[in-house]
Amino acid sequence: MNCIIIDDEEMARAIISKMLASHDELKIIQEFSSAVQAMKFLNQNQVDLIFLDIHMDDFTGFDFIQSLKNPPKTVLVTSDKNFAIDAFEYECIIDYIVKPITKERLFKAVQKAKVIPETTPETTITPSITKAVAEDNLNEFYINIDRRLIKITFDSLNVVEAKGDYIHIKTDIKNHIVHSTLKKIEDKLPKDLFLKVHRSFIINTKKIIDIQDNSVLIGKDVVPVSRSNRAELMKKLNLL
Amino acid sequence: MEKPNTNYIDELAENDADFKTKIIDILKSELPQEIEIYNNFISSNDLINASLCVHKLKHKISILGLEKSYYIAEDFEKNLRKHNADLHSDFNNILTVMMNFVNQL
Repeated sequence: MNCIIIDDEEMARAIISKMLASHDELKIIQEFSSAVQAMKFLNQNQVDLIFLDIHMDDFTGFDFIQSLKNPPKTVLVTSDKNFAIDAFEYECIIDYIVKPITKERLFKAVQKAKVIPETTPETTITPSITKAVAEDNLNEFYINIDRRLIKITFDSLNVVEAKGDYIHIKTDIKNHIVHSTLKKIEDKLPKDLFLKVHRSFIINTKKIIDIQDNSVLIGKDVVPVSRSNRAELMKKLNLL
Repeated sequence: MEKPNTNYIDELAENDADFKTKIIDILKSELPQEIEIYNNFISSNDLINASLCVHKLKHKISILGLEKSYYIAEDFEKNLRKHNADLHSDFNNILTVMMNFVNQL
């Protein structure tokens, strides 16, 4: 089985890699500190099993899985015990290991991966914005993820961040990774509500909590504001 | 206060001295970075992001065998999400103990 490790902590990657090195039926073909890097790799390589962290700086493990069409079998490896129930919602997640990892526990997960039938004939990333509209009466757009059209209402949308070939759509409810560009989504969003504040960020101006120096706080995201966009942002604010 | 140890690392290394060195090097490099990021978020009163740092640090707390400290970190992480930093000084003590230990490895 070809496997990859995705964890932003080098320590975790080193430990998993060491433990799996002695497993005869597994081959670690790559390690990633970032989910974005892993997505690109998965587009071009056959992977049978992923060891995936949940909390990473760029995306959560769940966001990552949602962004994949036919995700490979996945073992979540995390310091968080609280997401086990969420994990059951994903067919591809075959096990959930809480750090610190033991070799026995890791091998047990590998054994499960061997026994559970293959569900991933291909692993490609296809999500895209299929219908994003800001026409007169509409207040939502749809994104296509794994053949599901998911509605994103403008009210729930907080931040859109460009990440290489992808955009990260952050809403009140869930975050999504979509294969698209910031320009494409910008054209679909109402200009009275959304503003590009940085070459990599569009924000919902109604969701601003505070503005400090060259950044805005939206939810728990601190978004940079470039000097050239600051004046436009200030125009939108109802200043006292 | 409980003392850190390398029991987990030793068990993991299985007499592989190179691997043990590698893990200790990673500890020496990652731990101060993670602590610095945590401190920055605490200084700017960004408790949500501070909680994510505590979450990440929990792994290293457990690697160093600090079982009781792990539970303090777990409570602190939950509290920070509710914008409560009451356990800040307890957590800082844990970080200091860890740094002192790692620096001597």
